[in-house]
Amino acid sequence: MFESTELNARNWRIQQGMRLLFLGMTLLLVLPVIIILGVLIYKGSPALSWAFLTENPTNGMTAGGIFPALMGTIALVLVALIASIPVGVAAAIYLSEYAPDNWLTRLINLAIINLAGVPSIVHALFGLGAFVLFFGFGTSILAASLTLAIMTLPVVIVSTRESLQAVPQSFREACWNMGATRWQTIVRVVLPNAVSGILTGIILEVSRTAGETAPIMFTGAAFFLPFLPESVFDQTMALSLHLFVVATQVPNVPESLPYGVALVLIGMVLIMNSASIGLRMVLRNRKKW
Amino acid sequence: MADAPKPPKCAIQTRGLNLWYGDFQALFDVDFDVPAGRVTGLIGPSGCGKSTLLRSVNRIVERLGYVRTTGTIDVLGNDIFGANVELLQVRKQIGMVFQRPNPLPLSIRDNVLFGLRTHGSSTGTGADHKSKPTKAEEAQIVEQSLRTVLLWDKVKDRLGEPAIRLSLEEQQKLCIARLLPVKPRVLLMDEPCSALDPDGTAAVEELIWSLKGDYTILIVTHNMAQARRATEECAFMLHGRLVEHTETAKMFVSPKNQSTADYIEGRYG
Repeated sequence: MFESTELNARNWRIQQGMRLLFLGMTLLLVLPVIIILGVLIYKGSPALSWAFLTENPTNGMTAGGIFPALMGTIALVLVALIASIPVGVAAAIYLSEYAPDNWLTRLINLAIINLAGVPSIVHALFGLGAFVLFFGFGTSILAASLTLAIMTLPVVIVSTRESLQAVPQSFREACWNMGATRWQTIVRVVLPNAVSGILTGIILEVSRTAGETAPIMFTGAAFFLPFLPESVFDQTMALSLHLFVVATQVPNVPESLPYGVALVLIGMVLIMNSASIGLRMVLRNRKKW
Repeated sequence: MADAPKPPKCAIQTRGLNLWYGDFQALFDVDFDVPAGRVTGLIGPSGCGKSTLLRSVNRIVERLGYVRTTGTIDVLGNDIFGANVELLQVRKQIGMVFQRPNPLPLSIRDNVLFGLRTHGSSTGTGADHKSKPTKAEEAQIVEQSLRTVLLWDKVKDRLGEPAIRLSLEEQQKLCIARLLPVKPRVLLMDEPCSALDPDGTAAVEELIWSLKGDYTILIVTHNMAQARRATEECAFMLHGRLVEHTETAKMFVSPKNQSTADYIEGRYG
């Protein structure tokens, strides 16, 4: 009565085959990460040293370190964050907590989706036109960072809005029914419970910002500038552009140099991402629900 | 409606209350008198409008945005749709307890003090509106509120713990305790026991019984036995209309209306 039939056996084989196929596809996805990291570490690690991180490039960028580029990237990311976090978080709070469901809100959401879809080179041209020329910031850290900020705003808004909406609606209802205003509800209940998600989103944004090349090429990153910028109105070197330059524009570069630059860049991003995961775990454990 | 009791004072009085969710009319000409200081039950089958009526009383139903209301609701003699009514005061004076206990993700102590901190002070008006309660006052308020809901002895040693670690019954009691520091006059309860086990239900019913007199309590319930046990007056709703409202003892023994009788006997619903 309960014996297996030929059809059962066939269905089981198909099911197993599909499982293996999908498992294979998933492993395929991990492969590039392993190869990229492996090659970078293998070829780039000879170039790494304390001096590499703390010295200026020399001999027409074929020797020396990457200090100005490293500092430049950090400066670009910091200024971009200062510009994008207040705007992005405020917009997300409005969209999640205040906005009624009407045509204006839908238009704003559409705009955010489209902003996220704009190619980075188009952002670069926009930054050149708007910040460098129209606002007269010149090619500077400020112009480049503002361009990066606009490019990463959708990421901040979407991730912040998602973490706000992950806070159970019943908490808000409890507050409203006790006569708390929306603002009191946001400050006392919603934000404290969404902060881990918001921070994670911001750190992911940092890692994206650090690697961007096109938006800063026309707006503030310099080809070669062996000293540190003094203000946000100066140009700066940046790791991503420096990598492009030593890999393609400068002759007679030792092979390990571009790989070393790439390793530093990706190391920065990985450290930020791990920090974000760690922070999220710490904050999650402190959650009271 | 004919033999609705004529108590000395009405806490809630609705006249010709109609309510629409968009095009759907949920309440039809509801005239409802809830006597002050008593426990009044609202019974009726699902979708009959009892929760809607309950949520109209603190105007939380308007949060949905597509709600339209006509008619009047007076709470303690004041029209809650009046021109100079502050919604936040309405919600402060009229506490609401939900089906599913919804303690805030804060400590037990902070849950009790939340309303107080939201509204400034226990009296809420006048000169001391801005004065912050001292630590000692806060501790006293916490103890008093938790004693009122019969929870103090269980939680007095762990007031700093997250409220979510309490059992459902204790959470529901905490949700009631949370309302008390701002001194509401009316407590609305939307099936306050339906997420609880029989022991929890008994404990919360006992609590509700102990609160009557000090507070006007309006309870929505699906549970006929609970309505019979835990309320003094009962109102039966059907299809958005208030069919019958009388003393609980009377309603369950000799309902006036045939549909009330059929519902109480479990012929539908």
